Amino acid sequence: MRKFKSEETEMRVLIMAKEGDQSEAATPPTPEAMAEYQKFNEELIKAGVVLEAGRLYPSSQSKRVRFDGKKRTVIDGPFAETKELVAGYWLWQVRSIDEALEWLKRAPYDGGTFEIREILEFEGI
Amino acid sequence: MKSSSSRAFEGALAIGPRNGDAPEGPGRREAAAAEAHRAIEAIWRIESARLIAGLARVVGEIGTAEELAQDALVAALEQWPAEGVPERPAAWLMGTAKHRAIDLIRRRKTLERKHEEIGREVERAQKSLDLDAIGEEVEDDLLGLIFTACHPVLSKDARVALTLRVLGGLTTEEIARGFLVPVSTIAQRIVRAKRTLAVAHVRFEIPGGAERVARLASVLEVIYLIFNEGYSATAGKDWVRPALCEEALRLGRILAELVPTEPEVQGIVALMEIQASRLGARVGPSGEPVLLLDQDRTRWDRLLIRRGLAALERAERLGGALGPYALQAAIAACHARATTAAETDWPRIVALYDAVAQLAPSPVVELNRAVAVGMAFGPAAGLELVDALVDEPTLKSYHLLPAVRGDLLRKLGRSEEARAEFERAAALTENGQERELLQRRAAECAAERMAG
Repeated sequence: MRKFKSEETEMRVLIMAKEGDQSEAATPPTPEAMAEYQKFNEELIKAGVVLEAGRLYPSSQSKRVRFDGKKRTVIDGPFAETKELVAGYWLWQVRSIDEALEWLKRAPYDGGTFEIREILEFEGI
Repeated sequence: MKSSSSRAFEGALAIGPRNGDAPEGPGRREAAAAEAHRAIEAIWRIESARLIAGLARVVGEIGTAEELAQDALVAALEQWPAEGVPERPAAWLMGTAKHRAIDLIRRRKTLERKHEEIGREVERAQKSLDLDAIGEEVEDDLLGLIFTACHPVLSKDARVALTLRVLGGLTTEEIARGFLVPVSTIAQRIVRAKRTLAVAHVRFEIPGGAERVARLASVLEVIYLIFNEGYSATAGKDWVRPALCEEALRLGRILAELVPTEPEVQGIVALMEIQASRLGARVGPSGEPVLLLDQDRTRWDRLLIRRGLAALERAERLGGALGPYALQAAIAACHARATTAAETDWPRIVALYDAVAQLAPSPVVELNRAVAVGMAFGPAAGLELVDALVDEPTLKSYHLLPAVRGDLLRKLGRSEEARAEFERAAALTENGQERELLQRRAAECAAERMAG
């Protein structure tokens, strides 16, 4: 329903943290890195941006289900393509992708790729 | 200085191209400039409140602070498209604005020759030029800004406009569009609000003690006014304007982080989160209103409900009796917890309305209580309460009074009286979509009468 979602309403974006090898490492981040991350996360919360946030276990503890017609194949982790593995996520409420971009650029990371995806809102059926 | 810079800002944002596709050749520079404009707009959105708040602490009042912040923005609009966005844009804006603040204070000093006081101001300004020192005090500054923009010395309209402007980072045009009034009206409200704050000698500070309670109530009132205008638009053709709800929610969430121990702040956030969860279900396919009990509850936003219930729990954990906002949140939570309309715990809602009526008695609360009583104990009991409100002068032109009365009469089989009430309600509302809904109800009553 186009009418409801006007240009001036906000959007929700999903930030997927693809941390590369780091995401599969069993070693926790250093206390310094952790403190910096927490400071940034707090800043986001205090700006009223964060709706939801979470971290994921390494892929060794995860499963995949592949669909092929009626067939379902279950694949156990760990998965090889570490660059594409999501290690954590945020759900943000922002006015624009640009606002998400400006926030994300300030994040205290020194590696990995972070993806911003706008959430599609289904309005009306 | 003031008018030209705000015009520059709004103009630049308004005409900034939004298309990211860069054509080859000379178009490339334009595309880069457009990208810089988009970045500036986003950075302004993030930084403006903190910038204005930090400046207000230095110069002591928000009118000048806002003008200085706007000047920094104009400087960014001039420089960034050509030179690129600086590595630390927030620090750049703050640095630029503070240099101008110091210039301004020096100029005032020469003009006014108020040696001692101004001398201290310069000293303070120079001290806070140390950008690394910005950190701890940001929160106090923001809170001071909220309290000042919502100062009781200002009219409600002025508080709303000023809050959206200095805290929401919205342009005058955006605020005007939100409230469906001419841009000049909002511009004047903001100019007058700043002047009022100046002549009333309102200091930029966080009130304490008994004053704090009253001032906080004023802040919450402003936030809820903004939310409500979006949630059930009093005028215009759209039934809801989600942008205003989102703005109010953001302000509420920020405030809840700034003063985490105030139960009523958690309460208002809970109320707004839960009400906002229904925004999508509140509007039918062609923009018509869908009332609470008719809504498709699978379309309620579970994330917002969860956030709302968590905020309500925080309000309850903070101890003491619930205030009016937390109580209304508890009522909203009753609806949110019911999977179907039939499962609603109406007796509990009546009890909660009884409490609201004690704490914050008003004819509107009485009317809501009557609706709940009608659902819990039958339409006759509800109608009795509504009838007692018919002569209430403040409800004389309130369309929901005849709408509720019509609903109860209809349930009692008194279709002709119900039809007249719906028609009266339709004539009173200023919202186009709501008027149609009420006229439809009236027609249904007329049909029922024919059938009966």
